[in-house]
Amino acid sequence: MPILFSIVVGIALFFMIGFVARALLQAFAPAHLKPTFRDTPLTACFGLSVILLYVVVAIFAPMIAPFGEGEVLGAQFLPWASPHYLGTDKLGRDMLTRLIYGARNTVGIAFATTALSFFVGSFLGIWAALAGGWLDQWLSRFVDALMAIPALILSLLLLTIFGTSVLTLILVIAAVDATRVYRLARSVAQGIVVMDYIEAARLRGEGMWRLVRREILPNAVAPLVAEFGLRFCFVFLSISALSFLGLGIKPPTADWGSMVRENATLITFGDITPLLPAGAIALLTVAVNFVVDWQLHRASGLKE
Amino acid sequence: MHGIWTMIRQRLLLGMLTLFIISAVIFGATELLPGDLARELLGQSATEETLAALREQLGLNESAPVRYWNWLTGVLHGDFGMSMATNKPISELVGTRLGNTLFLALYAAALAVPISLTLGVLAALWRNSIFDRASNALALTAISFPEFFVAYILILWLAQSGIFPSMVRMTEATTTLDFLYMAFLPALTLTLVVTAHMMRMTRAAIINLLASPYIEMARLKGMSPMRVVLRHAVPNALAPIINVVALNLAYLITGVVVVEVVFVYPGLGQLMIDAVTNRDIPVVQAIALIFACAYVLLNLLADVLSTITNPRLMHRK
Amino acid sequence: MEEDPLLTITDLRIEGRSGELWHPIVKGVNLSLRRGEVLGLIGESGAGKSTLGLAAMGFARDGCRIAGGSIDFDGINLRTAPEAQRRSLRGKRIAYVAQSAAASFNPAHKLIDQYCECPVVHGVMPREQAEADAFELYRRMRLPNPEAIGFRYPHQVSGGQLQRAMTAMAMACRPDLIIFDEPTTALDVTTQIEVLAAIRDIVRQFGTAAIYITHDLAVVAQMADRIKVLLRGHEVEEADTRSMLAAPREAYTKSLWAVRSFARAERPPATGTPVVSVRNVTAGYGAVDVLKDVSFDIHHRRTVAVVGESGSGKSTTARVITGLLPPRKGEVLFNGKVLPPNFKVRSREELRQCQMIYQMADTALNPKLRLRELIGRPAEMYLGLKGKALDSRIRDLLALIELEPDTFIDRLPSELSGGQKQRIGIARALAAEPQLIICDEVTSALDQIVQEGILKLLDRLQAELNLAYMFITHDLATVKSIADEVVVMQRGVVVERGPKAALFAEPKEEYTNLLLSSVPEMDPDWLNRLLAARAGQ
Repeated sequence: MPILFSIVVGIALFFMIGFVARALLQAFAPAHLKPTFRDTPLTACFGLSVILLYVVVAIFAPMIAPFGEGEVLGAQFLPWASPHYLGTDKLGRDMLTRLIYGARNTVGIAFATTALSFFVGSFLGIWAALAGGWLDQWLSRFVDALMAIPALILSLLLLTIFGTSVLTLILVIAAVDATRVYRLARSVAQGIVVMDYIEAARLRGEGMWRLVRREILPNAVAPLVAEFGLRFCFVFLSISALSFLGLGIKPPTADWGSMVRENATLITFGDITPLLPAGAIALLTVAVNFVVDWQLHRASGLKE
Repeated sequence: MHGIWTMIRQRLLLGMLTLFIISAVIFGATELLPGDLARELLGQSATEETLAALREQLGLNESAPVRYWNWLTGVLHGDFGMSMATNKPISELVGTRLGNTLFLALYAAALAVPISLTLGVLAALWRNSIFDRASNALALTAISFPEFFVAYILILWLAQSGIFPSMVRMTEATTTLDFLYMAFLPALTLTLVVTAHMMRMTRAAIINLLASPYIEMARLKGMSPMRVVLRHAVPNALAPIINVVALNLAYLITGVVVVEVVFVYPGLGQLMIDAVTNRDIPVVQAIALIFACAYVLLNLLADVLSTITNPRLMHRK
Repeated sequence: MEEDPLLTITDLRIEGRSGELWHPIVKGVNLSLRRGEVLGLIGESGAGKSTLGLAAMGFARDGCRIAGGSIDFDGINLRTAPEAQRRSLRGKRIAYVAQSAAASFNPAHKLIDQYCECPVVHGVMPREQAEADAFELYRRMRLPNPEAIGFRYPHQVSGGQLQRAMTAMAMACRPDLIIFDEPTTALDVTTQIEVLAAIRDIVRQFGTAAIYITHDLAVVAQMADRIKVLLRGHEVEEADTRSMLAAPREAYTKSLWAVRSFARAERPPATGTPVVSVRNVTAGYGAVDVLKDVSFDIHHRRTVAVVGESGSGKSTTARVITGLLPPRKGEVLFNGKVLPPNFKVRSREELRQCQMIYQMADTALNPKLRLRELIGRPAEMYLGLKGKALDSRIRDLLALIELEPDTFIDRLPSELSGGQKQRIGIARALAAEPQLIICDEVTSALDQIVQEGILKLLDRLQAELNLAYMFITHDLATVKSIADEVVVMQRGVVVERGPKAALFAEPKEEYTNLLLSSVPEMDPDWLNRLLAARAGQ
């Protein structure tokens, strides 16, 4: 019954937030963007507002949170009651506070990792597509070999060897993820490189730098941006999974994945508190996916 | 027909080569560590004797190619070496757990593949309908859920009420039927996560084809929508669908790790996480190699199958 | 006695969707077709021909809707009839032949299985009878090995044969009406003849009514009893074929007819060093030689047309000259000096002298750059122009290609029409101030009237700027109008070359003759005469 109830409440909230966000977007959007927002689907409006909420919480975490990030405040596993609205965890730290700081830590680390993997992957991918020849061959075969090992397994292997700290976590996940970005960036760039305008620019005698900057990048930005959203989801889920397995972000840093792990025993008593951080992860991923889906749909719709 | 066998042979050879390279990557990764592996593992306080002993045990005194060769020939004979944490032969640790993990993956696949292919085809057939939109939004939501979130929701819902067990405990007396019952929740978790992906990709593969001129031709020949999809679109969508299935089954392999931990399922994933936590490198290498093998073999199988289903390749000019 | 028409379309309006808005495609067209009659629908791209043709089957493509009017097929109202009833007519009583048979046959099934689908599913005849019938129709369509060809997959059969197999498939249920949607547009001219003849004969033998959609006037003249001209969704005029050809009434129709009349006199033969001289070039990809011992010259102020069917090596020749494909043997001379074979080692000056205009302006112009940069870049790069000087040069170039500088200079390619885009391609080539421009099928993606404008522009620029053109094309009408010399290619070899007038008047080689005689003429009796002449040989 409570499951059914929460599903109904969830759907109601979804529509409410979606409608309100759409109305706000239309009211406050700059004039030239208004047509874009007019037929934005509810899912995308919902996604945009959730992302905005997370960003605000992440930035202003210390001001919003009622207590300190690692502060031990008393008894463990307190029920939901004032002043601990969501109870306390197994060390007696305030759950709500740690959820709020989690937005900063988990999302921040995932974002930094994605940005790093994206920078490296797309740079190498475009370079390989444009240069062709042995450079392309070697890079692509190397990436193929890495991609033949499942991502999580490769990450686990690398984490065993390099040990688990936040820095190695970021580097390992970024390296593993960069192979996927490389693949996409290379295929996008290859689609552009075969165009006649690139041939024309080459025959004109343009240098490599100008080809990338003026001829390829402007045409590759749209697919790469959508991919950034997808890669973020993937990285975010990977880091959360590793933290949940005890191999990612370490206590006392507040992090959603490890919060689920630490408090998982409560589930067996029917307490849903450990699902809150898991739900926080799910909600952000859903939101990003909704927005990406909308963008991809728009991009494919405009082509017709 | 002659050409197709050459092609399949080439794919097989390429697959073997990939496996060889993967084994080199998995083995060689330890070489990436700057400094001494033994010291890294034992910490700064270790004495010279213990360090020397560990080096001896890991064979660090030999050159890397020699160690790789020894390791590889051992693996080919089913000998993965000794676990550092438990001092048992790795093949013994892996043995039954490999079977359990394969069982769980196949269980989930048997549920997920038929469901998602049916849903994908239906969504493509009724595209832009309420059914399509709802299933698309649901699938997108399911994709976004971390596996452990899905797992705990299922536990809260189905195990709290006592319908299904939330942990898998096996004894000598466990029958296959018991096993199916006990492993239902982990299998269902994997199914839910994978079905969403597979369904979306199946739908996309078919819709992609529905824009082809030969589909319009079939409609202009007065064929019913069902016949257009089943007889004209699906045979051409086989290759993409096979690849979608392979990709998602490969994804199952990864998903298994988290799900096994949640449900305390005695499989390879559990073992691997323990090994990573203890930095038991030989065990991690062995399991990584096994997972990678499964992954490569799946892709190889998909590759061969989609070659066989392609009339352009089967019937040369 | 006047019988009831088979198909009557009244005030038909069809709309297409872009985003959330519906815009009209067909704007109130009437049409009436008697049994056994062939109606030709002609018009340029965007005229609504195909949409109208499909509507005759009660069908609208995804993203289109029939917004008004009525479609009456043999007493059945196709707009109000339930979908099941419409479906039972399609393939059985109204059939369709698509433009590209290669794309419209399902690659996963054999030809015979696709043939039998209609008769069996619609319950016209059992499978065995349908197969026997298929062999008979394949024979009538003059397909080789009519009893075996059906057991092949589409990719194993050539384009011209597939098109005939598709016509046979359309005939399977002996429909009352067949819609032919540009059935020969994708074919080479020499193949086109056979397909046209086969289609015409089978339609006559079975007395089938047909709507024949094409943009090629000469083709429609051979096929249709009556012609209807469409322009942007409106009907311009309709008349029987002979009177329409002899005396078109409307200005638009007259202008369509007039396109073919543009031709300029051949310029006097040039002397001195040729701008470009291709000498004994052999080149190819991998182990295959695509070009074999190709030689020809291009002089100042002359246009050399390189003609041939697909796969003849025309474009490969251009790639050798530009240096994209270094030849295996032979060399390319520019003003008497040997050019380095690879463009990467050519000097900037050598690159500047030879510019290229592409067939598809859509892929030849970077969609993210404004015209200012597209045209300005070569001038900036080669001639070192900057600031004011560059700006005024770009404006001059825009004026030269007859586009208003102030309106266009800051536009993106997506804000231009097809013909305007091609003009930008020309301006970009001119900006380098070259001696030679290679035009690769520059008019074949354009409508006839737009083609004419581009050809006239190129001709004017040649006279003003003293340019040499290498004009690659498969369209002999274009050759007739613009070339001074012609190089005929077939399978990588130069079959014949010489001054235009001489070559057209007295072709020496058999292949040249075949190629020239296969070009449809605007004379309803042309196909008959040609077939009779060939049969007599």
